[in-house]
Amino acid sequence: MYDFAYHRPSSVADAVKLLASDPDAKVMSGGMTLIPTLKQRLARPSAIIDLSGIRDLVGISVSAGAVTIKAMTTHAAVAASAEVKKAIPALAAMAEHIGDAQVRNRGTIGGSIANHDPAADYPGAVLALGATVHTNTRKIAADDFFTGMFSTALAPDELVTAVEFPIPEKAAYVKFPNPASRYAMVGVFVAKGPAGVRVAVTGAGANGVFRHTAMEEALAKNWSPDALHDVGTAEEGLNGDIHASKEYRAHLVGVMAKRAVAKAG
Amino acid sequence: MGFEGIGAAVRRREDLRFISGRGNYTDDINRPGQLHAVIIRSPHAHARIKGIDAAAAKAAPGVVAVFVGEDMAADNLGGLPCGWQVKNKDGSPMAEPPHPVLAVGKVRHVGDPVAVVIAETKGAARDAAELVSVDYEVLPAVPTLEAAQKPGAPLVHDGVAGNICYDWHLGDKDAVDAAFAKAHKVGRLELVNNRLIPNAMEPRAAVGEFDPASGDYTLYTTSQNPHVIRLLMGAFVLHIPEHKLRVVAPDVGGGFGSKIYHYAEEAIVTWAAGKVKRPVKWTAERTESFMSDAHGRDHVTVAEMAMDKDGRFLGLRVRTQANMGAYLSTFAPCVPTYLYATLLAGVYTTPAIYAEVKAVFTNSVPVDAYRGAGRPEASFLLERLVDICALEMGLDRVEIRRRNFIPSSAFPYQTPVALQYDSGDYTATLEACLKAADWAGFEARRAEAKKRGKLRGIGISTYIEACGIAPSAVVGSLGARAGLYEVANIRVNPTGSITVFTGTHSHGQGHETTFAQLIADQFGVPMSQVEIVHGDTAKIPFGMGTYGSRSLAVGGSAMVKAAEKIIAKGKRIAAHLLEASADDIEFKDGKFQVAGTDRAKALAEVSLAAYVPHNYPIEELEPGLEETAFYDPKNFTYPGGCHICEVEIDPDTGVVQVVNFCAVDDVGRVINPMIVEGQIQGGVAQGIGQALLETCVYDENGQLLSGSMMDYTLPRADDLPNIKVGTAITLCTHNPLGVKGCGEVGAIGSPPAVIGAVVDALKDYGVRHIDMPATPHKLWRIINANRPRMAAE
Repeated sequence: MYDFAYHRPSSVADAVKLLASDPDAKVMSGGMTLIPTLKQRLARPSAIIDLSGIRDLVGISVSAGAVTIKAMTTHAAVAASAEVKKAIPALAAMAEHIGDAQVRNRGTIGGSIANHDPAADYPGAVLALGATVHTNTRKIAADDFFTGMFSTALAPDELVTAVEFPIPEKAAYVKFPNPASRYAMVGVFVAKGPAGVRVAVTGAGANGVFRHTAMEEALAKNWSPDALHDVGTAEEGLNGDIHASKEYRAHLVGVMAKRAVAKAG
Repeated sequence: MGFEGIGAAVRRREDLRFISGRGNYTDDINRPGQLHAVIIRSPHAHARIKGIDAAAAKAAPGVVAVFVGEDMAADNLGGLPCGWQVKNKDGSPMAEPPHPVLAVGKVRHVGDPVAVVIAETKGAARDAAELVSVDYEVLPAVPTLEAAQKPGAPLVHDGVAGNICYDWHLGDKDAVDAAFAKAHKVGRLELVNNRLIPNAMEPRAAVGEFDPASGDYTLYTTSQNPHVIRLLMGAFVLHIPEHKLRVVAPDVGGGFGSKIYHYAEEAIVTWAAGKVKRPVKWTAERTESFMSDAHGRDHVTVAEMAMDKDGRFLGLRVRTQANMGAYLSTFAPCVPTYLYATLLAGVYTTPAIYAEVKAVFTNSVPVDAYRGAGRPEASFLLERLVDICALEMGLDRVEIRRRNFIPSSAFPYQTPVALQYDSGDYTATLEACLKAADWAGFEARRAEAKKRGKLRGIGISTYIEACGIAPSAVVGSLGARAGLYEVANIRVNPTGSITVFTGTHSHGQGHETTFAQLIADQFGVPMSQVEIVHGDTAKIPFGMGTYGSRSLAVGGSAMVKAAEKIIAKGKRIAAHLLEASADDIEFKDGKFQVAGTDRAKALAEVSLAAYVPHNYPIEELEPGLEETAFYDPKNFTYPGGCHICEVEIDPDTGVVQVVNFCAVDDVGRVINPMIVEGQIQGGVAQGIGQALLETCVYDENGQLLSGSMMDYTLPRADDLPNIKVGTAITLCTHNPLGVKGCGEVGAIGSPPAVIGAVVDALKDYGVRHIDMPATPHKLWRIINANRPRMAAE
């Protein structure tokens, strides 16, 4: 990797100050994407602002209607949380199958959604559950947060501080992993709750996570796998690569969605 | 001692070192004053080098030197040599274009080395490498067999017309034509044997060192055969006399063939160490491994089998195209010829066989031997074709095999494709495997799976391979530029412990255990008294290394021969000490004993007398107790067996799960059954990998799309079933231990069983064959395309 300055602030305010003062600095949460990128010399930040020293950014809380997960909470912590398992079991189960054990112990929810890798799992949960993304300056609705592949509504000096998930009545996530990388080649998160019926597809879309409105409408009328039988998925806007054509991905969206609905019960 | 000797499942003594991080791999070696090399590689599959500007890199901080191809040419260095010459049908030699260590004039594949930057640290070398500016004129690329053979296709090497390396054949064309003329039915199959990228756990690495005081060079390298590297690099590339060049291959973390060959980086660091008078180290990054380690397989074949009215095979006709890549790797030419076409009889009595093989240069990484090397290609082709023949005849897949097996009474059996099999019992391995896999109960399992919405299939392969390569004179007559004997030196130390120096090399096979068991058994001493030394040309006699499952069959045989010499000499020493005739001395349980008496001398007493020869027959015998034996095998060995695979396919996604895998192999005498089981399981894992997961993909411009673990699917634990391994052995008749070899059988026998199972699962979808890998995407396409038709029916 190239040389860079390293900062490990202990507060969000300090982190934001550092970030605002250096447009070429990069924020690091778990580093699960950033460190490999640095090692391959694909990024050349002037400085790394490591958020792992900010204790305020770690933790899970559950209120009557919502689960709030602070940004630096690891996937392993979410997967192991008895409170999350009770309130939104689909979310804990999803976290339990991100990457491998090493990734789950380093990777964080804030890092995952701020990076918005199109094959990441968390964006599916955030969008399907109609979560609210808390930052150091504002609250952003999930529908407004993801703006494209590796792109979000975050301003350059804005940090995710927490994600607030309304507790759904039913939810489940099923993914088809890429055979090689094991990232989601197609992942479908379905939820029925305060925000209505929502279906989010990750892994498949060339622009990152998206809502499948045709499926939402069908499931709103009839919450069952059969309701999706005749609901197609347009190939336009999907990824195609050596592992899966657009056509196959579109097909898998349907299969994963049906399985997710069945799993949600 | 029996529990440690031949047949004992002794735990691998090297494992504690490996799993506790105490191995000594090439990258662990750091020499005083060491510099670091970074190789600049071509980003293009085919391009002319118009110029290289290294001025900025040379001036960068910490940089000691930057070298390009012209610098090596100026030192009159040779290119990387090819160790096997195959001849064309007309007897003319194959095309053997130059293979410069660093590209000169042109680059021919993505990853082709262009320049090397040598600096104080790896970071400095990398920084400087970015400052080297290479001016390329990009040329159209031919990365695949198809592209390279189109009329008017761009030439990889200007002097090689049509990109054809050789056009070779084997067998009796007229006899085969006659067989087809009288055939009742013909089974025909076109297939691809997919290109693989080896991916040993340890990436390649090399440290070159030059001692200006003595003029001696040392190369530490990740090699399966250090003496071969010393010979090839010293004699052909760098022109360093062998006595001034030492090659050390320390602990090596896997090879699978990919570390047999002499690679450019070895020559670069050794030569550069002499130029800059400091040690130079290079360690591959995984990305470099993908684009510079020799790849495997990559065949396209058309095969036809003529049968009589009972389904007996009358004649086999095979036409194969084999991708050589951009240059000839060390042993590449022999893989699709003498390690492939010679195996096309398989375990069957096919009386007439004719094979034609066209080897083709392409703008891709060189292809060479990879676990099995030619034999997996042969067994995949033949076993898939036999399944097609069964379909064609309406015969059961097991029945058609039984009808065509070489009977166990027929050995030694001369095939029509040069090999003479010494022993085997194909019915025994078949029956044992059918039983272990409960073949008879399969249809009930298929029906049960159907209730769960799964398509279940079963596949079988009854394969043979030839390993323990091989009589030197024979391989020499076939074009090998090397001998293929093996050597062992056994040194009984004065106090009776034993050090064995072997020319074979262990890079995961457990030789330090197996060979110690063998020696413990021969001498009747505990394994703890035996040390196995390998991998250093300064220590061991000139040996040929490890590949082709040869270490025990050839190297172990050399050990037995050396042990016999030690025991013969020991008897004469003991006879003197015991005042008896040497003819009356028996060696048993570590003691030289006068037959029929209790008078005896232990091995340690004899060895002490040999090194402290005070009371010693000095007029007749030299002091010391150390013997060397070179063993040249009389024939290949012929392991074989039966593999049965059972799969379930999810018709909604195309995902295949291997739910059962049984292997019953004849590997000859087993020294350590636990190690044999592990070797076979590992081979099967790679075979399942080839059949279901792995494939190398180049785009039309020759860019490697499967260039990392993100896109190249290696098998993982959860892709694999619990692989059941059994043996049903016959002894090899021509080596002293009766051993055959087990390193490659798993990778050779398994792919056709897996694909056979997948095809069987999809038999209602009009499928006769599926090329590897049978990925979910590929299977879903087949299922999806045939679903409407099925619904209509």
